[in-house]
Amino acid sequence: MTGQGIIETEELTKKYGAQTAVNRLTLQIEKGEIFGFLGPNGAGKTTTILMMLGLTEPTSGKAAVIGFDPTREPFKVKEKVGYLPENVGFYDDMDARQNLRYIARLNRIPGEATEKRIDYWLEMVGLSEEGSKKVGTYSKGMRQRLGIAEVLIKEPKLIFLDEPTIGLDPDGTNRMLDLIHSLSREKKITLFLSSHLLDQVQRICDRVGIMINGNLVAMGPIEELAKKKLGLDQTDYTLEEIYMKYFKEA
Amino acid sequence: MHGIFTIFRKELGDHFNSMRFLLISALIVMVGVIITSMVGMAIQEELRGMAKPTLIFLLLFTSTGKLFSFVQFIGFFGPLLGIFLGFDSINRERVSRTLSKLVSQPIFRDSIINAKFLSGVTVIAIVLVATVLLISGLGIRLIGVVPGVEEVWRLVIYIVISLLYISFWLGISILFSVVFRSTATSALASLAIWIFFSFFVSLGASVVADAVAPVSQTASGVDAEMLIRHERIQRVASLVSPMALYSDATTTILDPMRKTTRTLILMGPMERFSMSRFQSPLPLLESILIVIPHLISIAAITLLCFGICYFVFMRQEIRTV
Repeated sequence: MTGQGIIETEELTKKYGAQTAVNRLTLQIEKGEIFGFLGPNGAGKTTTILMMLGLTEPTSGKAAVIGFDPTREPFKVKEKVGYLPENVGFYDDMDARQNLRYIARLNRIPGEATEKRIDYWLEMVGLSEEGSKKVGTYSKGMRQRLGIAEVLIKEPKLIFLDEPTIGLDPDGTNRMLDLIHSLSREKKITLFLSSHLLDQVQRICDRVGIMINGNLVAMGPIEELAKKKLGLDQTDYTLEEIYMKYFKEA
Repeated sequence: MHGIFTIFRKELGDHFNSMRFLLISALIVMVGVIITSMVGMAIQEELRGMAKPTLIFLLLFTSTGKLFSFVQFIGFFGPLLGIFLGFDSINRERVSRTLSKLVSQPIFRDSIINAKFLSGVTVIAIVLVATVLLISGLGIRLIGVVPGVEEVWRLVIYIVISLLYISFWLGISILFSVVFRSTATSALASLAIWIFFSFFVSLGASVVADAVAPVSQTASGVDAEMLIRHERIQRVASLVSPMALYSDATTTILDPMRKTTRTLILMGPMERFSMSRFQSPLPLLESILIVIPHLISIAAITLLCFGICYFVFMRQEIRTV
């Protein structure tokens, strides 16, 4: 590990019994980039994210996230790293502001700063009108946007997004992708997003990694992978074509 | 510590806002008031024109009246309060997917389970103290006797024992909420355990006693030694039930006329008053000495239960969280 990237892993492995969920994963994510982590369901994407957050212990290998070992110092990592799980949950009997306030308290954000941040981020995700409604009444898209606001309340340096657009309608998906894009460009937040929706990843990601059956089979900018897999002459490609080639080989 | 405090505050708020908390505490208060007024009026009636016997105030809690005493009621119904407060504490968050969010915040993982247990214990303490104070107030009005220092101390010890006992059931239900993913399963499992320990252990105890020390009829009648042995084994076996442990401890501490932890010998208040002329009550210190093993046992099972709960929760794979 060189200590340069915001995320670095070395031979990171997680085994559940005889089954290997993540096999010797070595990757490096630079500060400020949007990294797309691709792979079919059950490829080990979520397990990788959990290991990087210190929520599950790797069987072997090393990881450094924002300079800390997540297994040994999970507290330091969680202070500055946001995580939006797939199908994020809320306390449905509380309104959006109460939900955000609770998370802010758990992050030791002082009271006055909390209110300012809540107003700001609700505005950013387009929920300031609905801030006082019970979250139980929210649509899927609104919940997902509230999830983003909740992650941003602690002003993280790095955010893990696990399938952020799954189950959203086309309009919701577009708003989500725009939001993710602007976070990276305007707020300089590093984003690590896992997905299997390839056209969306292609639209916003700087680099991608393809994970199949626990193995990272390819990593790099999309154009580079296209050259490698589809031939030099091709200019009109989609990520899906590249992905399917890797998938068939694996 | 910060994490514990934040979660504790939220959980406490949730408990006080929840319908089932209002329901069960209203029930406990209501039954408590009904029992006390019945018992209070009976005592008032019987005391007319008599010198007031010592430690009369505690009779408010231990007299059975027409139905059952307040102490018996809490022994029977108290576990439900604990179970209601805890049975969905972890798996509710799991079902609504808030648990994985919670553990990814900068808090220690054990602060979640600690805060949930502590908030439950706090609610139980509030309900118990409020109910005992309410009954005392009502009793003072009804029988016109102010409790002495010794009686107040006995009531304080009673509250501590009850708090530990109900917290044990809180621990059981939180344990099930960690182990089972469905809230219905954990509720039913807790209730099943409650019914088993409250009703069936005493039956089981006599079976055990019959098996270990059978009482056989001989030509010369029943051997006394044999009977005593049988009784002893039955008593020890029944102590497996936390309810037996609790009712032994509380009746001893609240009823100083009793010299042992044996189950209550049914006696009307009049017999009791007349007996009190000849019998002196057990001093507070002696009563405490008798119940200390019970107190420690209840504290131990409560802590053990919470310990298992803590261990299981901390060891759970986050995937299943």
